[in-house]
Amino acid sequence: MAEVVLSSIRKSFGATRALDDVVMTVPDGAFVVLLGPTGAGKSTLLRLVSGLDTQDSGDIRIAGQSMAGLTPAQRNVAMVFQQYSLYPHMTVRQNLEFPLKSPLLRTPQAVIDQKVKAIAEVLQIAHKLDNRATALSGGEMQRVSIGRALVRNPQIYLMDEPLSSLDAKLRADLRVELKNIQARSGATFLYVTHDQIEAMTMATHVGVLKEGRLVQFGSPREIYEAPVSIYAATRLGQPRINVLPAHLFPGASAGAHTIGLRPEHILQGEGQEAKVVRVEHLGDQTRLHLILGEYPIITVTDAHTALKGGDIIKIQPHQPIYFDAAGMRLV
Amino acid sequence: MSAHSVTEPSPASKWIAGILVGLYAVITLIPLIWIISTSFKSGPDSISYPPKVVFEPTLEGYVNLFTTQSRPSAEDLAKLPAPTTWYDKITRERGMIISGPSRFGQRFLNSVIIGFGSTFLSIFLGTLAAFAFSRFKVPLKDDLLFFILSTRMMPPIAVAIPIYLMFRQLGLSDTHLGMILLYTAVNLSLSVWLLKGFIDEIPREYEEAALIDGYTRFQAFYKVVLPQAATGIASTAIFCLIFAWNEYAFAVLLTSGNAQTAPPFIPTILSVGGGIDWPAVAAAATLFLLPVIIFTVLLRKHLLRGITFGAVRK
Repeated sequence: MAEVVLSSIRKSFGATRALDDVVMTVPDGAFVVLLGPTGAGKSTLLRLVSGLDTQDSGDIRIAGQSMAGLTPAQRNVAMVFQQYSLYPHMTVRQNLEFPLKSPLLRTPQAVIDQKVKAIAEVLQIAHKLDNRATALSGGEMQRVSIGRALVRNPQIYLMDEPLSSLDAKLRADLRVELKNIQARSGATFLYVTHDQIEAMTMATHVGVLKEGRLVQFGSPREIYEAPVSIYAATRLGQPRINVLPAHLFPGASAGAHTIGLRPEHILQGEGQEAKVVRVEHLGDQTRLHLILGEYPIITVTDAHTALKGGDIIKIQPHQPIYFDAAGMRLV
Repeated sequence: MSAHSVTEPSPASKWIAGILVGLYAVITLIPLIWIISTSFKSGPDSISYPPKVVFEPTLEGYVNLFTTQSRPSAEDLAKLPAPTTWYDKITRERGMIISGPSRFGQRFLNSVIIGFGSTFLSIFLGTLAAFAFSRFKVPLKDDLLFFILSTRMMPPIAVAIPIYLMFRQLGLSDTHLGMILLYTAVNLSLSVWLLKGFIDEIPREYEEAALIDGYTRFQAFYKVVLPQAATGIASTAIFCLIFAWNEYAFAVLLTSGNAQTAPPFIPTILSVGGGIDWPAVAAAATLFLLPVIIFTVLLRKHLLRGITFGAVRK
């Protein structure tokens, strides 16, 4: 339970600038999802907050206290690593016990047993407790790795793509479980993911990073509906937002260079003629791959549509977002 | 088409490989077997021609090795009471009596103290140094590592005279401490380099996980790195022990009475009164082999690779 304040964080690795003047205030109990492609600085940010790396300049405050010079242990953060990092010479049980047995916590054995048992059940690894950590599948390792963070009761949870190698059902279960844990404990989460649904369903705040800079920070809805740039707009939304030349549709605002259209923001029936290239029935909805002139467009339509490849439909934008030549949003 | 897979060698090539390995084993083991069997022969059996492959085993060689003996006159011998112990009996049969223990036990013990002492020290210091070189930003790291290795680039005995003089000045001549320090100094370059290689291969993520889990850097080293470096430590320890155990030149030069190790002592048995006592020499060689063999067997399970693989996603 703690507020995390990052002020003017800079970090370089040699000539590479990993983080550049990042300013961010994570409210107490927030679930912050960091978005951005590989190399945007997401993992670096987590490592700086954890204390594994030190920023070149700037200050990190957790619960009002400056973290300068504090070791990871003193910061009382839990972290789930992208690479699992289970201790290979220990069993699953010993891995889960390890943080509880640290000089920081010195938990009595009875409490350890109880906590390990509870967390193993949540993560569905109770039957694997006495296996060696190396004798697990990738998904099981990842669950143990999450478990090692969850057995503790830290101020902050840092998670680097914790659900990436789980199957769809388990991922959905754990998404709900992590959200429950957050609601129950009131802990602050900093969470890196590439998964659209994770970002939309779990986050209270989304931070969009681009080449080490924080380009937008706000609620998932804000990022989705009012992105500051094409870059931020393309971080969220599945299928991705359609980015087209502004002149393709009439009514573009002055100075608009491109138009951004969410797939659900395309109305059918009137407007420009587009050809249906492919129809994907997903069950709850149907995706239409269209071609307008030379530009491919993806839109969604109702689940039982009779449209098929080769048909011509008329489309027009609804609630479009316009961007200038630099890719910034025009308001 | 043959029925076996591509990855599995054919039975014929397995057989050929087996026979070759077997032959090699026999060739390397014959001298050892000969030494061990000679140590259980009687004096005449050991020098009989043609050599005896089948013989009546006796512990005469071992008794001679551990005792000094004298030959009393026939009437003195007759006056003595009957021998009470098995070793008295063996000696008496050859018309000898045991006059006291030999120095072999003491020399052997010296070898154990110096060999294992320097091995422990080499590994202890080597592991810490290797960890530091592997994980921390050490100024002039590459130069230092080269410098450490360069101590190995000439035969250690080339510096024998400076070391001899230094030891005399420091009062380390013929002391256990002196020999332990010397062998440690020689072994340290090897242990730092070998262990650095092993520690480099242990992903840092494990220590980072331990740091996050509430441990200090040293605790992370002790609880997470060390168990995973066991393989490297075991094999390095064996190399260090073999060097310190077998070292002859410095031992001859720097030790005489107090701290003399077994290697310079064993040849002195060759020239004990008249003929060479081959069974005693063979017994000394056999016993000398044992600690290294036992040590290697004990550490064997750590030599098997595989425990450190797998729990970090690459």
